Amino acid sequence: MSLLSINNLSVSFQTDRGVVQAVDQVSFDVDAGETLAIVGESGSGKSVTALSILQLLGDAGTISDGQIVFDGQNLLDLPEKDIRNIRGDRIAMIFQEPMSSLNPVLTIGKQVAEPIWLHRKKTWNEALDQAEELIKKVSIPDARQRLDAYPHQFSGGMRQRVMIAMALACEPKLIIADEPTTALDVTVQAQILSLLKNLTTELNSALILITHDLGVVARYADRVAVMYGGRIVESATAAELYKHPKHPYTEGLMASIPTLDGEPGSRLQTIEGQPPDLLHMPAGCAFHPRCPYAAEICKHAKPSLKEVEANHFRACVGYESIS
Amino acid sequence: MTSDNHQDNIIDVKDLKVHFPVTEGLLKKTVGWNYAVDGVSFSVRRGETFSLVGESGCGKSTTALSVLRMQDVTAGNIVFNGQDITHFSANKLRPIRRQIQMIYQDPFGSLNPRMKVGSIIGEPLRVHGQAKDKVKYRTRVKELMRLVGLLDDMADRYPHEFSGGQRQRICIARALALEPELIICDEPVSALDVSIQAQVINLLMDLQERLGLTYLFIAHDLSVVRHISNRVAVMYLGQIVEVADRQTLFNDPKHPYTQALLNAVPEPDPELESSRPERLIIGEVPSVRNPPSGCRFHPRCSKAIAQCKIDRPVLNLYNQSLIACHLY
Repeated sequence: MSLLSINNLSVSFQTDRGVVQAVDQVSFDVDAGETLAIVGESGSGKSVTALSILQLLGDAGTISDGQIVFDGQNLLDLPEKDIRNIRGDRIAMIFQEPMSSLNPVLTIGKQVAEPIWLHRKKTWNEALDQAEELIKKVSIPDARQRLDAYPHQFSGGMRQRVMIAMALACEPKLIIADEPTTALDVTVQAQILSLLKNLTTELNSALILITHDLGVVARYADRVAVMYGGRIVESATAAELYKHPKHPYTEGLMASIPTLDGEPGSRLQTIEGQPPDLLHMPAGCAFHPRCPYAAEICKHAKPSLKEVEANHFRACVGYESIS
Repeated sequence: MTSDNHQDNIIDVKDLKVHFPVTEGLLKKTVGWNYAVDGVSFSVRRGETFSLVGESGCGKSTTALSVLRMQDVTAGNIVFNGQDITHFSANKLRPIRRQIQMIYQDPFGSLNPRMKVGSIIGEPLRVHGQAKDKVKYRTRVKELMRLVGLLDDMADRYPHEFSGGQRQRICIARALALEPELIICDEPVSALDVSIQAQVINLLMDLQERLGLTYLFIAHDLSVVRHISNRVAVMYLGQIVEVADRQTLFNDPKHPYTQALLNAVPEPDPELESSRPERLIIGEVPSVRNPPSGCRFHPRCSKAIAQCKIDRPVLNLYNQSLIACHLY
């Protein structure tokens, strides 16, 4: 059985200009210890999917359908009190902006010790000792003194290390990292992702990595789910997806990245058109207005995810009608 | 030394320094300096794409703004088409500014939301007195829109009706209005989605070919830089550490920082990534307020020798490249 199993998840948002269907019938599994990357462009629904798992959508967002089964339990059936017990304990989250996700008026020590004290029922001193260990573990020098420092005294990379220490505090089974390094420079990004990957491997935790960076995915993910217009259009192992993309969108995406061996002055392949407007989502397949293979059927039928090869899933009716 | 005696340089920057005072207290007493750009020299050849790359705070954008003289220069010279414009007055700069235009990173912040697209694109023409003949003006705006792949009837719409990629096209059309020779592109695609980036990069390359433009390209995304550039300069903490043509820089980087930077960027290829040893560089970029002595990269450099702490390396010719490192 999978550690996390999401079935037919749908999330909508009430906005001033109408209802937005941000996530539409999304299903995927995450096994213990594996790293799943969810990739997609802005507005594809990848972050909303991640936030739904811990029900952090705020007042405007509603989970209208589906199940989120974690460790055999549907999280959507649980009362808020029980969800709060899971957050930061068995499932932890790391956000993009470490400055706005740390409390500026609390010391680093307090923030890292809090989940241990709260979930593990340790005394405050024990929790602080453990916090010091964690800060050492994420390679922040002078851990003891740093416990008394405030977030503004840290650089962006160091703050993200603190976030990782907090996330790992209770040795969660699942860590969700939403664009954890987008705000950081590349040399620091490499340090942070490598640290995160090593520590999750050590704990045998599963990692859901939300990103738009196809290079990061290639380096760190075991499996990849590609989202477009609120739906998963393709999922496979990372090696397989990059080598044999099977959905026209993934294909276009892979082809549009500048590569090492491109001829000087050569033009990149592009995906024509613009990403869909969430308020006016195209009928049928959301990608059909930009798809070079779009057939008549694509304008009406919403394709569902089907296994086209072992462990390789694709949602495309156009292809089915061709072959 | 650093200035190659290329006949047809559009820009020559010599030993550029931009230092910002660090102030404190009510009276804004100067308590120190940020050495944002500290002795940068490079030349841009006519018709090429010359890229400045580096991490945030390395001084690449400040350098670009200085070329446009939108940033006060502490020391050094900026020569545009053989003319030293470093100390030009605002009046004397006006005709120069027509020839150097800029495209910014954020296509949302750089367009006035209350102006129609047509008048945004035509604004440089009006400012520079080229809109007196209304018919000619309108034709020119339409021509510019077509040039960047926008439709004529979009002229009466407002920026919010456009997606990020289309807004960047509007910015490009505006930059082209005065037929500039040089366009400074400051992270022009980093705010765009991957599938849109390729469209804008292709457009920039097409326009360069058709109009004979020169680009000074500022970016941190190395795969984009590798695709579009002829030559690349790598900056670290306010200084250039390596200048080379695209092929040499990406296939055979020499400076330890360039090597580390290239290694830190993951390639979109899982097979390559799993076979590539991960060589992380330690630490983070120090503050430009108290830059390290000698070579500014030495505290993070795995190959640093005793000399690196004391002597500041200068750019020296090594094979075809310029490298500032005591190892070469």
